[in-house]
Formats: sequence, C-alpha cells, structure tokens
Amino acid sequence: MSGAVAARGGAAADWGGFEDTMQAGGSSGSAVIDMENMDDTSGSSFEDMGEMHQRMKEEEEEEAEAAGGEEEDGEFLGMKGFRGQLGRQVADQMWQAGKRQASKAFSLYANIDILRPYFDVEPIQVRNRLLESMIPVKMINFPQKIAGELYGPLMLVFTLVAILLHGMKTSDTIIREGTLMGTAIGTCFGYWLGVSSFIYFLAYLCNAQITMVQMLSLLGYGLFGHCVTLFITYNIHFHSLFYVFWLGIGGLSTLRMVAVLVSRTVGHTQRLILCGTLSALHMLFLLYLHFAYHKVVEGILDTLEGPNVPPFQRVARDIPVVSSAVLNTTVKVMALTS
Amino acid sequence: MAAAEGSGAGGAAKPLFAGLSDVSISEDIPVEGEITVPVGSRSPDEDYSTLDEPVRDTIMRDLKAVGKKFVHVMYPKKSSALLRDWDLWGPLVLCVSLALMLQGGSADSKEDGGPQFAEVFVIIWFGAVVITLNSKLLGGTISFFQSLCVLGYCVLPLTVAMLVCRLVLLAGSGTVSFIVRLIVVMAMFAWSTLASTAFLADSQPPNRKALVIYPIFLFYFVISWMILTFTAQ
Repeated sequence: MSGAVAARGGAAADWGGFEDTMQAGGSSGSAVIDMENMDDTSGSSFEDMGEMHQRMKEEEEEEAEAAGGEEEDGEFLGMKGFRGQLGRQVADQMWQAGKRQASKAFSLYANIDILRPYFDVEPIQVRNRLLESMIPVKMINFPQKIAGELYGPLMLVFTLVAILLHGMKTSDTIIREGTLMGTAIGTCFGYWLGVSSFIYFLAYLCNAQITMVQMLSLLGYGLFGHCVTLFITYNIHFHSLFYVFWLGIGGLSTLRMVAVLVSRTVGHTQRLILCGTLSALHMLFLLYLHFAYHKVVEGILDTLEGPNVPPFQRVARDIPVVSSAVLNTTVKVMALTS
Repeated sequence: MAAAEGSGAGGAAKPLFAGLSDVSISEDIPVEGEITVPVGSRSPDEDYSTLDEPVRDTIMRDLKAVGKKFVHVMYPKKSSALLRDWDLWGPLVLCVSLALMLQGGSADSKEDGGPQFAEVFVIIWFGAVVITLNSKLLGGTISFFQSLCVLGYCVLPLTVAMLVCRLVLLAGSGTVSFIVRLIVVMAMFAWSTLASTAFLADSQPPNRKALVIYPIFLFYFVISWMILTFTAQ
C-alpha cells in the first residue's frame, strides 16, 4: 500500500502522466508496468474490474476537457495496475482533481462578481460625474483623481447608440451589408473600447499614471458631450449650430480629459503626444458622427457624382459647359430643399 | 409508584389529592398514535400523474399560466406571481410576433429596408440580458431568468402598440396618422416601463432604483422607436 500512500500524499503531478495516458485511451505510451504501485493484496474479481473500467471511461470523458493544463510526467501506470482499491482511489483522485480544475476555471471566467466593484455607485455620484466631465480642471500640477467606475460610461455608450439610431433613421441612411443597429453598436462600442485601449497603450509608452479602467471611465464620461451635441443637432439641422456645439461642448469635454491626462504625465513631449492624439480622435469622432449620418450628405453626394454619365464613347459628345453648370446648381438646390 | 404516592398524599390532605390515583397512567397501555405531520402528501402523486395526463391538459395549464401573467402585466399590481413562477414562453411569443410585424422589405429595395427579423430578436434578448446583468451588478436580489421573464412579458404593451400602428397605417400615412401613432406608442412605452419597474424595482437597494430604471427606459425607448418609425412597404 506504500504506493497508494505516496500517491495520496503527493501532488496531482504524480498522476499527471496517468491522466494523459487515460485520455489517450491507453493506446499510446509504453507498456511498462510500474510494479511498485500495484496493489497485490486485494482480490480482483471480474465485477470489480468491470466496474472500474466503466468508471474510468466516464472519468475519461470528463477529464478530457478539465485536465488540459496537466503536466505531462513520464510516469505511467498500466491498465493492469488498477485492481480493486488502488484503482478506486486513483479514479477518485482524478475525479476530484478534475472537478476542482473545472470549478476553478468556471469561477474565474464566468464570475460577474469581478465587475461588481466597478458598478458600486449612487445616482447622485453619477450625476455629479456627468456634470464634472464638462468642466476642465485648473490644477494640472497635481495628479487628478479619476473614479474607476463603469456604470456611467456603459450607460452613456448605450445612450449614444440610441441617439445614433435616431439620427440614422431620420436621415434615411441606407446600410447595404449590415444592419442599422449593428452599425450603431459597432461604432460606439468600437470607439469606446478601441480608443481607450489605444490611448492606454500610448500612456504606457509616455509613462502616464493611468490604469485601463480609469481610461475607460474617462473616455466614457467624455462621451457625454457627444451625446448632448448629437441629440440637439440631429433634431435641429443647422450647420452653424453644429459647429458652435462642436467647438463648445466637444471642446470642453476634450479639455477636461486632456487636463486630467496632463496632470498625470511628466515631460512636455509625452504630454503633447498623448493629449494631441486624444483631442484629435475625440473631436474627429464627433465630426464623423454628425456628418456620416446626416441628411444633407446624401444630397451633396448626388450632386458630386452628377447625373448618370454614359460610359466613355469614341464619338466626342458636344456638351456645352454652361448647361451642365446650370443642371448641377439646380440639382443642388433641389437636394437642399427636399 | 404513582398509586403509592396517591394513597400517601390522600392520607395527608384528602380533599386536594382525592382523585389523584385515578389519574395515573398504568404501564400496561401502550402509547400510540401518529406523529407525522401531513405535508400535502399529494405532491408525489401529482408528479407521477403529470406524465400520464393527456397532452391537452399540460398545454392548457401552461397556457393558463402564460395568460395569467399577461393579465398581471396589463394591470401591474405588486404581485409576485410573475417572479415566482417564471417562464419564457410569453416573452418568446411576444418577441417573435413583434419581430414578424416589424420586419421590413428586403435589403435590396431602394428605401430603407427596415429592421430584419433577426435584428429585432437580437436587440430584445441582448438588451434584456444586459439589463439583467446590470441590475445584478448593482446589487439586485433577483435571479437571471426572473428578470428576463419580467422584461420579456412587459413587451406586451408595445406589441399591442405595433398592432394598432399597423392598422392605422392601413388607413393612411399622413400627419394625422403619425400623430395618432405617436400618442399610442408613447402611451404604451410609458405603460411598459412602469409595469417592469413595478416588478423589478423592489428587488434593488432603495437608493439605486434610478440606476436600474434608466437602462430599462432606454431599452423600451429603442423598441418604441423601431415601432414608431416603421413604414409599411
């Protein structure tokens, strides 16, 4: 029984080789039987062997996915080594190890409690942070505090999706290969996650003191200005109004993010790189959102392409310049007034 | 022993302990009776009999449960029937019917094709899952499927609104019909949001109710928007 005792006291690594061969169905591996570990004292009845074999088979299937990361030791216990009690203990241990691994993996990846601390907010805090996201801080010599919270940014991204949907519908945007909803969600989430990651990477290069969650939170709250601007300008179609909002509200939220980042970065070049990139991306995104899904764009595109031009022909056509200019202007006027 | 006590005490104070010897319990009579408490012991029988009952009975029972929940949604009182016995039949039926009615033309048509069946389906279920996760992360005590059940059943007023919109669109598609549709959809949207709030808000810590209500508001707003901007092909 010394073999069994040693096995019980040892780690799962001792049985790692066995599991590996069990998964392979015993077909691979050497035929060497480790005589030390055989249990000679227990009788081996046919019923025992049959039951053992059945349990082994069941555990094989379960272990196949759970024991993926097991070490591969050279130790091998032949199939004939499992008689009676030793076999049962081994099978038991395998089952326990497999179950432990599976539940560890499950609790690590499928546990939403990892995100729980980031959602620990009160409504009044969310409201304050929304308002503060439009107010640039003055003190940039002292690192500003950023709340690592994900509820506000997530809700703002979903609100932006809803506003974008509204804008796309009212401008009769035609999406050929894809859906309206898919495009809206893809754009907003792609911006939030993608630009956050990119700026975090730049911050890592420029030695800025900011974590990923803080960056996600900062950029998310910066989308509040975007939401307000787009909500107003998708309903009131004045170009000059949009530009005023773009500079005013977009500028304020960008200034806030830039000030917070500057307060956490040392060195002029680094500050310039980080903040220049962020402000460019943020402002350009607002510009893109306004113009990509706006009614007027359709009209402009039509006039730029001109009326249906027939393919190039060898016979020169005599089209007077004046009449085509008149045609273009008329179409432009009609598109703007329709 | 008791008889001896009784006779001894009887000698000392006769009027008080006169009948004490009559009260003693002899050891010859065994004490017997039933100690088990009847705990509705019909349930094992019921389990066996639901396998043998005709299919019609099973279906009618499920249909009645679904119908009862519909009634609870239309008249939202603070009852826990929706939460206790959750089921996803009602949400599935509502989601499929709404997606069928909202389905636009093919994507190749010149006008905006309108949301496709899969789009509406995915929006409703994905949105419900996100709201459920959000309410759980904010400290809610409701389970995943209970929340899905409530959110799915509260789509009923919006499905009714979609039916009404389609009928109104059959009549015409001018400004008047738009105003009628707008009023109907807004009323049903408010009804949906209030109904789901009545069921879900109780499971949240009291100071965070607003944080849970906002995503529900957004979810039903998106669905209402899809209904309102639906134009028949």
